[in-house]
Amino acid sequence: MNQINSRKVVQLSHGGGGKEMNHLIKDLFFKAFDNPILRNEEDAAVLHFNGDVAFTTDSFTVAPLFFSGGDIGKLSIAGTVNDLAMMAAEPQYLSCSFIIEEGFEIAKLKTIVESMAKELKQSGARIVCGDTKVVPRGCADGLFINTSGVGRILRKGISVKNLACDDVIIVSRDIGRHGAAILMAREGLALDSELTSDCATLWPIVEQLIAANIEIHAMRDATRGGLSAVLNEWAQASDVEINVHEEAIPVCDEVRGLCELYGFEPFDLANEGTFILAVPKESADATLEIMKRFCHCEQASIIGDVNENRKGKVVLNTPWGSTRYLDLPQGELLPRIC
Amino acid sequence: MIALTELYKGFRDPEVIRSLAKEIATYASLIDGNVNIMEVCGGHTHTIMKYGLNQLLPDNIDFIHGPGCPVCIMPKERIDHAAALANLPGIILVTLGDMIRVPGSKGSLANYRANGCDIRPIYDPLDTLQIAIDNPDKTIVFFAIGFETSTPMTAVLIDQAEKRDIKNLVFHINHVLVPPAIDAVMADPKAKVNAFIGPAHVSVISGAKVYRPAVTNYNTPVVISGFEPVDVMQSILMIVKQKAAAKAELENQYSRSVSEEGNLTAQALVNQYLKVREHFRWRGLGPIPSSALMLRDEYAHRDAERVFAEHLPNEEIDDHKACQCGDILRGLCKPKDCKVFGRGCTPETPLGSCMVSSEGACNAYYRYNGVTE
Repeated sequence: MNQINSRKVVQLSHGGGGKEMNHLIKDLFFKAFDNPILRNEEDAAVLHFNGDVAFTTDSFTVAPLFFSGGDIGKLSIAGTVNDLAMMAAEPQYLSCSFIIEEGFEIAKLKTIVESMAKELKQSGARIVCGDTKVVPRGCADGLFINTSGVGRILRKGISVKNLACDDVIIVSRDIGRHGAAILMAREGLALDSELTSDCATLWPIVEQLIAANIEIHAMRDATRGGLSAVLNEWAQASDVEINVHEEAIPVCDEVRGLCELYGFEPFDLANEGTFILAVPKESADATLEIMKRFCHCEQASIIGDVNENRKGKVVLNTPWGSTRYLDLPQGELLPRIC
Repeated sequence: MIALTELYKGFRDPEVIRSLAKEIATYASLIDGNVNIMEVCGGHTHTIMKYGLNQLLPDNIDFIHGPGCPVCIMPKERIDHAAALANLPGIILVTLGDMIRVPGSKGSLANYRANGCDIRPIYDPLDTLQIAIDNPDKTIVFFAIGFETSTPMTAVLIDQAEKRDIKNLVFHINHVLVPPAIDAVMADPKAKVNAFIGPAHVSVISGAKVYRPAVTNYNTPVVISGFEPVDVMQSILMIVKQKAAAKAELENQYSRSVSEEGNLTAQALVNQYLKVREHFRWRGLGPIPSSALMLRDEYAHRDAERVFAEHLPNEEIDDHKACQCGDILRGLCKPKDCKVFGRGCTPETPLGSCMVSSEGACNAYYRYNGVTE
């Protein structure tokens, strides 16, 4: 550890496959992510599964690396774990690749790695293999992380194609926080606000829903493209109309305020710990009751329902009785949010 | 400390909107024939479509979406100017975000950027100063667009460039004026407009007074309106009340921001650096006399059109044959009457400029409408 601290910044030699790289891996990554499979140090991790397995991957390039409510490390774990959770797969094994720009501060890297280790505890998933590359200054923006993950599917049949007439749509919490927090952290936005990203691991909630045998037709975390993107994908994939009520969709004042300043809509902003469910009407109360036990789902709400009128469309009802399509967001809303 | 929500909550109160709709219906029933309201400004088009206000109104009130979107009225040859400038070696072209996607005759600025031109979108024109300071070996062209609202910001940028002697910053001025556009719309014998919703932010700068000639010349009510749904509904109510009483007056619904004289400081600054151009060709409306601004002769050294004259194409370029942006901007048809609307022309692949900007009528229709029609 001493040797790493005395160097202070990552150098090209840290990615060279030699002594320096060995120190970085052993003293930093292995220490934080320690588990028996990783400790084996084989060329590949050996895993054992029974039954169907979900597999997902995601690269993280968020700028800035640290934002209110999280950092790229927390995001890189929660993001991949959530993708598994949304398929009702228990997040078990993750890979993790770092692409580090020469000159990146070791202390920052350590903070990020510790943040990853902490987030792993939320789901019990383990990092079992990884890779480190260091690229010359200017070839990356500080640090990029890729994580992939696999997990056993505990409940089959959850799919974007499975929405049915009379399903209700539930959102787990207030929307738009991550996009708004990143927007705020970007240059030039010196606002006095307590807004934090919603970045969080969702597996514990999903695990409870599965344990309670709740029938879930579709489930998705509303990341890039926000609520609008998820609902539009569902409406098209299941060939149904989704009808939502603007008043029922929880949005915090800070997010509303930022949207006003920038002309965005909360429905279009990214989330990193907010998910949407389609469940049969009869299961709605039980679903909400379980979700509300978790602190970041206290605002879980029914925001709309499913019918067969205007297939493939999402219709938003305003509080004063007019309607409009809730379309997919367009253009470069906010680049590099995750 | 006040929260941001307090600034607009009252202006989106469902009860207020519903009761305004009821009162509008009462007055509208007293009127013979149609009230064809042109909202000149794209911001109002956006409000009407986004909040579905048109769905709350009686059948004899119709909206005609006017030419008040600076991106929508930009003819292709001006985009070609921007592209030609960006293509020159040693140039950084700076402009506002929406401009990047508007198609010129050989592609949009986004295409040129993807091919290696240095084109930078900004939110705040003053950011251009820093770009100029940071790139002393480059020439920075500020491609200035907008109505009376955004012109003062360009004037401030010119002012700063002059005072701080920043030599590598030049301007391509495309600032346009609302009153001549109203005249151009009404000059068409086919014009159906018989009332106007006056722009909000434009009027903050120019003052309410600039619409007095329109009221007199065309015998139409003009009501200057704020951008929130309650603002627009209240303005419509003011219009139908005038119509029911057979009056044509200038009224100011947006009195919390708009005065009779407007922002005199801003007007003076604009006047110091810019003068009225003889002609400017508007997309859809054609050439309109005295409808745009240009740099004064004393600042010719800052005028990209003069400095780079030999590199700029002179050809006037009309829209795609199938595109009906022109008729839409004149209020002669609706986006849905256009054959390519939503088919050949979408926000991702716009044929015409009305589909590009969020303030464009076609874009607003594509995005929000279709539910009720």
